[in-house]
Amino acid sequence: MAAATAGSGAGSGAAGSPEATGGSTGGGGWRRPHGPLQRYYGPSTAEAAEAPPDPTDINGPHFDPEVFMTKVRSECPLGQLLAREAALSREIRALDSDMQTLLYENYNKFISATDTIRKMKVDFRHMEAEMDDLAANMAAISASSARVSAALQDRHRRGAQLAGVQALLRKLQALVEVPGRLRRWAGTEPARALRCHARARAVLRHYRHLPSFRAIEDESHAIMAELAQRLRTRLREETLDPKELTECVEMLLQLEEPAEELSEEFLSQAGARLEAELAALEAELPAADLSGTATTPLPPASDILDFVDRGSSAFVGTLCQLAGSYRALFGGDTGRLEPFAAALATRYFALLERRLSLERGLGDTSLLTFFLGCLGDVRQALAAPRPPGKEGPGLPDLLATLAASVLGQLKAVLAYVQLFTARDVAFASLPYFKGEFCVTAVREGLVVAFVRWLCRTARGFADGPAERGAPAAPPALLLLLARLCLDYENSTISYILTLTDEQFPPQDSGPAVTPGPALCAEARAAAQRLLDHYVQVQGAAVAQMLRKSVETRDWLGTVEPRNVRAVMKRVVEDITAIDVQVGQLFEEGVRRAQSSDSSRRAFSVYSSSRAPGRYAPSYTPSAPMDTHLLSNIQKLFSERIDIFSPVEFNKVSVLTGIIKISLKTLLECVRLRTLGRFGLQQVQVDGHYLQLYLWRFASDERVVQGLLDEVAASAAHRCLDPVPMEHSVVELICERG
Amino acid sequence: MEDDAPVIYGLEFQARALTPQTAETDAIRFLVGTQSLRYDNQIHIIDFDDENNIINKNVLLHQVGEIWHISTSPADKGVLATCYNKTSDTKVMTCAAVWRMPKELESGSHESPDDSSSNTQTLELLCHLDNTAHGNMACVMWEPMGDGKKIISLADNNILLWDLQESSAKAVLSSSTALEGKGQLKFTSGRWSPHHNCTQIATANDTTVRGWDTRSMRQIYCIENAHGQLVRDLDFNPNKQYYLASCGDDCKVKFWDTRNVTEPVKTLEEHSHWVWNVRYNHSHDQLILTGSSDSRVILSNMVSISSEPFGHMVDDDELSDQEDQHQEEKISVYRPFRIKEPLQDSVIATYEEHEDSVYAVEWSSADPWLFASLSYDGRLVINRVPRALKYHILL
Repeated sequence: MAAATAGSGAGSGAAGSPEATGGSTGGGGWRRPHGPLQRYYGPSTAEAAEAPPDPTDINGPHFDPEVFMTKVRSECPLGQLLAREAALSREIRALDSDMQTLLYENYNKFISATDTIRKMKVDFRHMEAEMDDLAANMAAISASSARVSAALQDRHRRGAQLAGVQALLRKLQALVEVPGRLRRWAGTEPARALRCHARARAVLRHYRHLPSFRAIEDESHAIMAELAQRLRTRLREETLDPKELTECVEMLLQLEEPAEELSEEFLSQAGARLEAELAALEAELPAADLSGTATTPLPPASDILDFVDRGSSAFVGTLCQLAGSYRALFGGDTGRLEPFAAALATRYFALLERRLSLERGLGDTSLLTFFLGCLGDVRQALAAPRPPGKEGPGLPDLLATLAASVLGQLKAVLAYVQLFTARDVAFASLPYFKGEFCVTAVREGLVVAFVRWLCRTARGFADGPAERGAPAAPPALLLLLARLCLDYENSTISYILTLTDEQFPPQDSGPAVTPGPALCAEARAAAQRLLDHYVQVQGAAVAQMLRKSVETRDWLGTVEPRNVRAVMKRVVEDITAIDVQVGQLFEEGVRRAQSSDSSRRAFSVYSSSRAPGRYAPSYTPSAPMDTHLLSNIQKLFSERIDIFSPVEFNKVSVLTGIIKISLKTLLECVRLRTLGRFGLQQVQVDGHYLQLYLWRFASDERVVQGLLDEVAASAAHRCLDPVPMEHSVVELICERG
Repeated sequence: MEDDAPVIYGLEFQARALTPQTAETDAIRFLVGTQSLRYDNQIHIIDFDDENNIINKNVLLHQVGEIWHISTSPADKGVLATCYNKTSDTKVMTCAAVWRMPKELESGSHESPDDSSSNTQTLELLCHLDNTAHGNMACVMWEPMGDGKKIISLADNNILLWDLQESSAKAVLSSSTALEGKGQLKFTSGRWSPHHNCTQIATANDTTVRGWDTRSMRQIYCIENAHGQLVRDLDFNPNKQYYLASCGDDCKVKFWDTRNVTEPVKTLEEHSHWVWNVRYNHSHDQLILTGSSDSRVILSNMVSISSEPFGHMVDDDELSDQEDQHQEEKISVYRPFRIKEPLQDSVIATYEEHEDSVYAVEWSSADPWLFASLSYDGRLVINRVPRALKYHILL
């Protein structure tokens, strides 16, 4: 490789001599070919660029003999100089000999290349002559070939003609034989005869103007007509099975019989056959009860599963087969088939239903109606007037009864349905049926749908009253349903699902099932909605009472309070009743800071009694801003209270919700009124009374306290002559009342 | 941007009455009436300088009593009506009167905001609406878009239509009707419809909303049990003539088509206490403002029942212009219409600047993107529609 490059470099170097380039600047001519050489042998340009030009580097491009000499002369001792000189001359000699070897080698190669080229030139000249000869010969060959084919053409044509005539004759022969064959096959192998006729028909029709052909055609027509006649008679036979029927009709179609007529014929035949099967099934059923009274029918001749099995294999199978062949025969036009099949299927299902209804020994077992019935019972039990002194059935009892009977009913229904998966039932072992049935029908369609429906129905009681005019559900029912839904979420749903999965094991590849947690979430949402609604309904009832009492009273002209107003007592009574009601079904729940109840209450009492009216500053004309400052600062430290907010599933939370709604209503109503001095005092008394009795129901008594403080502050604002009552008097009145 | 922060103004007294200055269409100005039983009541004229985010106030004395309702003339910037309580030792009577504010305050001129409280001015009484025979005044409504000559007031169970004559110096009762029924019926609020040539009003009493024709003074529709509890306020959609919003003590806001009153068109349930106020935006009726005694103000986007249910459509001409301008956006706007993202009804924002019950919310009459809310403790908060939504609606 190195040698070759060097060689080419030398060659081009020779060609690019100053003489050859003709007057171009000599340096350029030389330097260009030197480039590759330099790149090959010399230090890389990159290196050169990196190192600073060193004139003393003997191999470097910037070598300057003068500088080198002076440097060497001045730096080195004599011995070293001499050694250096010897080394240099040795190196030069070695380089000289290398160069000579290279030059010699290259020269040799050049010589041999010249020889080769010369030889090639001679060979080519010889080859040219041979090619000319070849061309001449080829021309001669093609000329003679043309002559030969011209000579043969005529004979070839005659041969082809003869072959054509022979083929025609063979066809004619076949045609002439057609009637014979048809006759032979018509009796035994109608299908083969048809094929034969189909092939011949077109030709015969085309040449029918020739008398001889016409004779053949007529004859074969006659035979085919006869065949068609035979087929038709056969078609009317009763004993044809669906396959033969199909074949028969197919052949008739090939004979170009009218399709309309045939399809009708086909359907009527098929109909007759299916009717027969239906009749057979019907025969197993006891005669439709015309007498009306539900006399218990004789035990049916066959088991229900047998019945269904037979029905699905015989009737449904035949129907499918016939429908399939109808489509194949008469194309996509199913206008006639559909009503036909539908009518038959309807009758079949009617029969099935009749059979199934015989099976229902236990009357109407629909889960949904059962549940609604239970609910109706509960509702009645709740609404029934209770004789004084005698408690009606407690809510927990009602709940337990309801839950148990619904669950029992669900189990019973599952047990009925399980019959379908019994091992000895033929269709139950079909994988298609089993997967579909267990998952889609039972788990999703029955169990999941029932739970969903239950939640929805329960929710309906909460959402329903929005429809104006509909009778609202009694609050106790809401509470009961909330608890029921909550129980479902906690345990019942997972129990039911486990039970179902055990009895109806789902297939691996079956359709996706609704996961239990999703159902639980639905049940929980329903429970939450119901409980929230309960709080709203009860809160609204109490609030309504308070609102009316504030709106209808004349607060300006009222007399000095002697008593707690009756409505406040009623409020406390109602809330106590609600507390009892909720307590029957829900846990107590946690109360915040219960231990310090009494102390804080004492403090608030104390503070309001010491400074007669904490709102006093607002009456001094000098500081109208102080009230704001005071109430704002107070508000800064109290959390914002959401009045109608979701509650938790415990008694305290429910009661807190109701109390919040009631007290906020009181606040808003007081703000809309103008009070006299005694009006304010009445509010003071009422507020104290409420606080005395309500704090123990709330999760955080500060909520009650805060709201009542706001009521008191607002009442003071709305008072023309704000002179609060002495606290001891307030306490006295409350204790007495 | 920082100037989206709410602006808060505090009054010294409790307040329930708030109204924009209806006849003013350039400056953002609200009127607030105070409630104090022991001091002279005031009407604060609140000027909001949108550019500098500054509030300027002028105070007018309203010595006759505490203000329960306030409304301004749609034609004359200086004229307003108030419902106020006249209290004696044994009786409280709510009366109504029409007033004129001093000329120089009409367009909000003010020398120095600092000492404006010292030289408070007084309203000039134009006329009383004599209600001695009719009971307590609940509210006064001006004929929308009218010449400021017709007002309707609701007094207990009466609807009274007044003609203001002699440049409002005399109020003549031109017609009236009374709502009859069992029990003590009392109107709580009412709204005058801007549609049908201003011949319809709607009133609320207890749980019922009723529509009335002002020409015959007959009831034209009645929504029984519109809310589970008391109905507190109403408003008409300014752009869709049969649409009406109501709110009440069941924490709900309901939207009605008055041609079919059996079912509400939509129901909103966002507040956690009584909803006292509902207001349609004057220009973009999908924007609904509600104020509640849960101390919150909620701005909702009810686009599905608004007059622009599919957003603002951009037609082809406009589109090609845009394309010329924004070559780089070409691909994204190759559509026949530009319909914005799926339009859904939603709560846009909940404003929690109040610490007491909010009894009044109002849109500005000048700037459709600005509104004020007033809570009982006298705190007035001015807020804006969020910028992103504003551009979404406009562009």
